[in-house]
Amino acid sequence: MTTDTRSTPRLRHDPLVRGLGWASALLGVPQVVAPAGFARALGVGDAARQRSATTAVGVRELTAAAGLLGRPHPAWLWSRVGGDLMDLTMLARALKNHDGRGLGRTVAATAAVTALTATDVYAAVTRTRRSTPMELTATTTVAQPPDKVYALWKDLERLPDFMAHLDEVRVTGPRTSHWRAEAPFGKTVEWDAETTEDVPGQRIAWRSVEGADIDNSGEVRFTPAPGDRGTEIRVTLRYDLPGGAVGKAAARYFGEEPHQQLDDDLRRFKQIAEIGEITRSEGAPSGKRARGEFPQHPAQPLTEDELKEALA
Amino acid sequence: MKANCWTGRNSVEVLDVPDPSILSSRDAIVKVTSTAICGSDLHLVDGYVPTMQKGDILGHEFMGEVVEVGPGVNPKLRVGDRVVVPFPIACGVCAPCRAQLYSCCENTNPNAGISEKLFGHPTAGIYGYSHLTGGFAGGQAEYARVVLADANVLKVDSDLTDEQVLFLSDILPTGYMGAEMCDIQGGDVVAVWGAGPVGQFAMDSARVLGAEKVIAIDKEPYRLDMAASQGYDTINFEDTDVRSALLELTGGRGPDKCIDAVGLEATHGAAHVHLYDRAKQAVRSETDRPHALRQAITSCRSGGVVSVIGVYGGMIDKFPAGAWMNRSLTLRTGQCHVHKYMKPLLGLIEQGKLDPTRIITHRLPLTEAPKGFDLFKNKKDHCEKVVLTP
Repeated sequence: MTTDTRSTPRLRHDPLVRGLGWASALLGVPQVVAPAGFARALGVGDAARQRSATTAVGVRELTAAAGLLGRPHPAWLWSRVGGDLMDLTMLARALKNHDGRGLGRTVAATAAVTALTATDVYAAVTRTRRSTPMELTATTTVAQPPDKVYALWKDLERLPDFMAHLDEVRVTGPRTSHWRAEAPFGKTVEWDAETTEDVPGQRIAWRSVEGADIDNSGEVRFTPAPGDRGTEIRVTLRYDLPGGAVGKAAARYFGEEPHQQLDDDLRRFKQIAEIGEITRSEGAPSGKRARGEFPQHPAQPLTEDELKEALA
Repeated sequence: MKANCWTGRNSVEVLDVPDPSILSSRDAIVKVTSTAICGSDLHLVDGYVPTMQKGDILGHEFMGEVVEVGPGVNPKLRVGDRVVVPFPIACGVCAPCRAQLYSCCENTNPNAGISEKLFGHPTAGIYGYSHLTGGFAGGQAEYARVVLADANVLKVDSDLTDEQVLFLSDILPTGYMGAEMCDIQGGDVVAVWGAGPVGQFAMDSARVLGAEKVIAIDKEPYRLDMAASQGYDTINFEDTDVRSALLELTGGRGPDKCIDAVGLEATHGAAHVHLYDRAKQAVRSETDRPHALRQAITSCRSGGVVSVIGVYGGMIDKFPAGAWMNRSLTLRTGQCHVHKYMKPLLGLIEQGKLDPTRIITHRLPLTEAPKGFDLFKNKKDHCEKVVLTP
């Protein structure tokens, strides 16, 4: 069984996000309180149409301000970008049909909005990319004593045999190793890891070192199961999932939900520990990718080519 | 090779498919000499089990000769051995296997994550029985791959015929386990819902285990006749009120032990009750029709045992929990832990105490498997059990 906890994004204390929030508020208040004056200041006239448009923009700005300062989320930044494009469209129309009075002020306003748009786009893109820390845990019981189970896990280069998304683990030193894993959308990620704790028969912990594609750490604990039933294994993985919530949703869409992965990984570790190899069926011939293979190969023998591919 | 494949709801076809080969080191390849159509194959064909795919080879009752063994197979199993293959695949070392709960093996279903979602915990791999149970090719074929072969065959060295030992793969142990779970005491009256192959073997087993009287409940006169020919009492639920008949046969006590050998596709004597559950099934508000189970629970005497070997797959409505709880009934069930029963039952066959061949009504070549399914499913030509020969 697996669980995860996602920490709240740190946008609340992000100076750029807070700055944009206050900018929204400072623009929104005069737009709503004195729309005619504000419109004149822009040099776009104060007819009924311009006044109501200015009020509407003001309400929008105040909403964005409340969102960014109250419950910050990248969506508010993107809504600001959308609003900026709306403003630029209106200003462009104003410039095109301009009667000449206050033209300089309209040009200056357009330049200011353009600069603000660039800032908003920058903030939205960078803040959206900020990844979400994830913590996964999974547990299983293996009918082997803790020493044996520990030794099997300690053989890091065998981890890719049962962990679906690991392509390769290479031991590079007494406490260091290099990891290569598949990421969603056919990408590959690599990192160097160091063992941070190693208590034979009880616990192994590791973390990625500087320069990892994805910062991650993890630990596995081995405890004797009651009633002489072998070893309880508890795995915890912490990592920054790229793309945050978006990446998580996409991963789920492609059937690569991390919870299920870790559960399945442990299931296969149990198979290796208890029966020496991973169970393969005609429907799931490559064993470790069973879940990703739905709809699976029909439950009938594989052709020679299929067999080669499955066993590769 | 030729193999009988699921090609859609209500459709099976004998197709040319590749010959099986060794996928894992402990695999063996068996040249199938006899195989059978099981009542639970009908649940697959009727579309009640999810995760079937076009081209899936059916069949989980098969036996034959070992023609190839993988490098990791224990040398006690050799090419040339004659073997019966149990339908659940068991590793023999996980906690359920050590407790002889082989059909709950934790290591043999590559799709265990999916069965876990449906059932709460994973279940074993099963040959030819949907991808929910692993996506293993079945035995209604000329050849079959046997997984973890040394732990998953019964060697048969004696000169018993295929027909005498084939049913050790599933239905004989299943019927026997149904009776064994009843914990039969001297003087017990055992009622069995369903006089199909598993029901017939549950009746035979109940008698072997000491039941005083055995009652068969079904609606097919020919199946009830088959039970009557063995000396069992019969109730046809289409023209008799089951409750009154059971009270009459048990002096008002109700049967001491009840066996549900029907499962999720039960029919009911009263058309409106059947239609109610059939309609709920059609709109997916329940997956299984539990008429036999409900009736077994309400019929059983207080303190009795209801033993369920008919297959259920999902959710049921109107479970008579009040009858079950207030009258101290024990409900026992399970997919058969075949490995546990094969050897002792082989012994009973050798001693002549059980004759599994008595239920065979049709013998067909494998190429006529679709005809066999039609006969069996639609109960044509008094069909009770079809054996196929490749």
